[in-house]
Amino acid sequence: MIPLLQVKGVAKNYGAMIGCANVSFDLHPGEVMGIVGESGSGKSTLLNCLAGDLTPDRGEVIFNTRVDGPLDTVTMSEPERRMLSRTDWAFVHQHARDGLRMSVSAGGNIGERLMAVGDRHYATIREQASDWLGRVEISESRIDDRPSAFSGGMQQRLQIARNLVTGPRLVFMDEPTGGLDVSVQARLLDMLRGLVREMGLSAIIVTHDLAVVRLLADRLMVMKNGHVVETGLTDQVLDDPQHGYTQLLVSSVLQV
Amino acid sequence: MIELKNVCKSFTLHNQGSAVIPVMQHATLSVKPGECVGLTGASGAGKSTLMRVIYGNYLAASGSVMVGCVDVAKAEPREILALRRETLGYVSQFLRVVPRVPALDVVAEPLLSVGTPVDQARSKAASLLTQLNIAERLWGLSPTTFSGGEQQRVNIARGFAYDYPAMLLDEPTASLDTRNRATVLALIEEAKARGAAIIGIFHDEAAREQVCDRFVDVTEFSPRAAA
Amino acid sequence: MSDYNFAYLDEQTKRMIRRAILKALAVPGYQVPFASREMPMPYGWGTGGVQVSAATLTPDDTLKVIDQGADDTTNAVSIRKFFEKTAGIATTEETKKASIIQTRHRIPEAELTEDQILVYQVPIPEPLRFLEPRETETRKMHALQEYGLMHVKLYEDISQHGAIATAYAYPVKVEGRYVMDPSPIPKFDNPKMEMPAIQLFGAGREQRIYAVPPYTQVVSLDFEDYPFQASKADHPCGLCGAEDSYLDEVILDDAGNRMFVCSDTDYCRSRREAGQVGQLGEEAA
Repeated sequence: MIPLLQVKGVAKNYGAMIGCANVSFDLHPGEVMGIVGESGSGKSTLLNCLAGDLTPDRGEVIFNTRVDGPLDTVTMSEPERRMLSRTDWAFVHQHARDGLRMSVSAGGNIGERLMAVGDRHYATIREQASDWLGRVEISESRIDDRPSAFSGGMQQRLQIARNLVTGPRLVFMDEPTGGLDVSVQARLLDMLRGLVREMGLSAIIVTHDLAVVRLLADRLMVMKNGHVVETGLTDQVLDDPQHGYTQLLVSSVLQV
Repeated sequence: MIELKNVCKSFTLHNQGSAVIPVMQHATLSVKPGECVGLTGASGAGKSTLMRVIYGNYLAASGSVMVGCVDVAKAEPREILALRRETLGYVSQFLRVVPRVPALDVVAEPLLSVGTPVDQARSKAASLLTQLNIAERLWGLSPTTFSGGEQQRVNIARGFAYDYPAMLLDEPTASLDTRNRATVLALIEEAKARGAAIIGIFHDEAAREQVCDRFVDVTEFSPRAAA
Repeated sequence: MSDYNFAYLDEQTKRMIRRAILKALAVPGYQVPFASREMPMPYGWGTGGVQVSAATLTPDDTLKVIDQGADDTTNAVSIRKFFEKTAGIATTEETKKASIIQTRHRIPEAELTEDQILVYQVPIPEPLRFLEPRETETRKMHALQEYGLMHVKLYEDISQHGAIATAYAYPVKVEGRYVMDPSPIPKFDNPKMEMPAIQLFGAGREQRIYAVPPYTQVVSLDFEDYPFQASKADHPCGLCGAEDSYLDEVILDDAGNRMFVCSDTDYCRSRREAGQVGQLGEEAA
């Protein structure tokens, strides 16, 4: 089986500072990988390199495209990469307002990707937008409201709907539950889990919240100072951490 | 079905002067299909640790842990996940679920994840919950709100929803009343009858004698005994 | 003979603008940057159109200037006077007699010919501006033909008003490639843009020139189930009775009486001269 994403020796420096160093892994279809580490550990840098928002200094990011098979997204042309990020990829930002058009209605936000890939039938677009609002548990009566009138949790769910409407195969998430209160987080996680299973999504989730990865991620990558210090099955890494830093991380979590 | 050879396990505490705590040495064990092996040994002897090593939850330091044709000690995460989905079931003492998910779906999930149609998975889950005396009015609620005993029975129902060829049971009958205990033992007998290889920890002596074909004392694998 | 160089601008500037115009004609709908000059009028009064006209005029040309279709509004009159004074060229109010027509917000009703050039004044040349404020991003979107956002705007229209409510500056796709702002002409005029005359667009403040060559395909964006409709007020002209022209609404008194008249004053006059009279009109003298 060909992995959906093959990352080979990706490195990114900011001047003399290490962003991330020599990261390699394979992600298979349907797999959810968590990347954990403290602030500044390079997890967001890595995510942006993988999603094409940053150009890595070295390394390959090979994505198994639908039509042409595995291609290196670092060297592919910009139009191709942008096309991927509108169709097969999705990026869920920590702050919903970074991923939404705040002056466009909820329906328009969801419909944008459909229109971007050539959908020109208003009723169909609206129907899909309404369907997706339902799937992310937002009342369909809010379809014409702007996201600025939504709560933080609703904005985040709208952002997810907007991203998943074109049926992407790989979702990048940067702290998807950050800044949300606990009950809203639980609802969002439950919803994400359902969507991931239903749609067979692969996902890479960057977070510092170990409870989030325990619920969502199949496997885990622990980063420190730009380096990957440990990888493995999520529950194994959390219950039997091998590296000193991971042990520190796991033991630092407050027990409820 | 389950075959351990020379499995060693130790914990290294990097943040406490890199203390190395050996917990298991040269664990060797084999379970055939249709066989139920009971683990014995005093509390703290390493029964649960051995279970976790087999399940891939703890990383074996050396040796091999074959379940079917997968060596859990060396397998890729996704191979272990596939194994857990299709081959190896685990009933632990504690229920760990996503908040908000109804009990019925918690029980049906193992079936859904191997592609069983929703209706079929739900009806199997319903029959298990009925067998284990979980009132139907509770099915739509999240088990996080249930009493300890109820949670454990939901956990057992979940563990037996899918017919795993190999199962690990960590005190499945603890703190159950006679009626439910009998139900669980019947479920275990059924699993054996269909050919499942089972490793269990039972504190309840009567239960142990009833379902186990033989016993392995994990004290044999403890580092002191080997030294 | 005036003390100005012909048509106010110096020859080097006119060459620079002509080069931009040629490039714009070669790449229909593409916004060509140019070094817009200070003109003796405020931005928003047609500085872009005036520079394009100045670079296009020859001493033999006849110029017509309209503002919202009318030859007699302040803006039209002063631009016409400006070129009479600085270029000494002939001017006219008759569409057929003009070789260059500078316009603000309308396309004349009379069909234009291959011998004519229509120069538009453009306030904001970037059709994507209101949805994506970053110029770097909109340029990239044009380059990569990422025009989904344009339809988001139309989607919002339908969801809020039940129909595409955009009535002017209605976005078009030129020759299947660039999405273009046709300047704030009413969408009634959009279908006329596939014409035999050359169309040049000048945005002075924004320093952009773009063009539509003769007989170029110009398609108004729409949805399959909400097709583009060139709408106008559903009345005949009160003065000349025309039913095919774009109309202005004129309030007559405090009682709310009103009339609709052709916005193209030359078209209305020529119809009345030919003897057609509307309900409220009088026969031309």
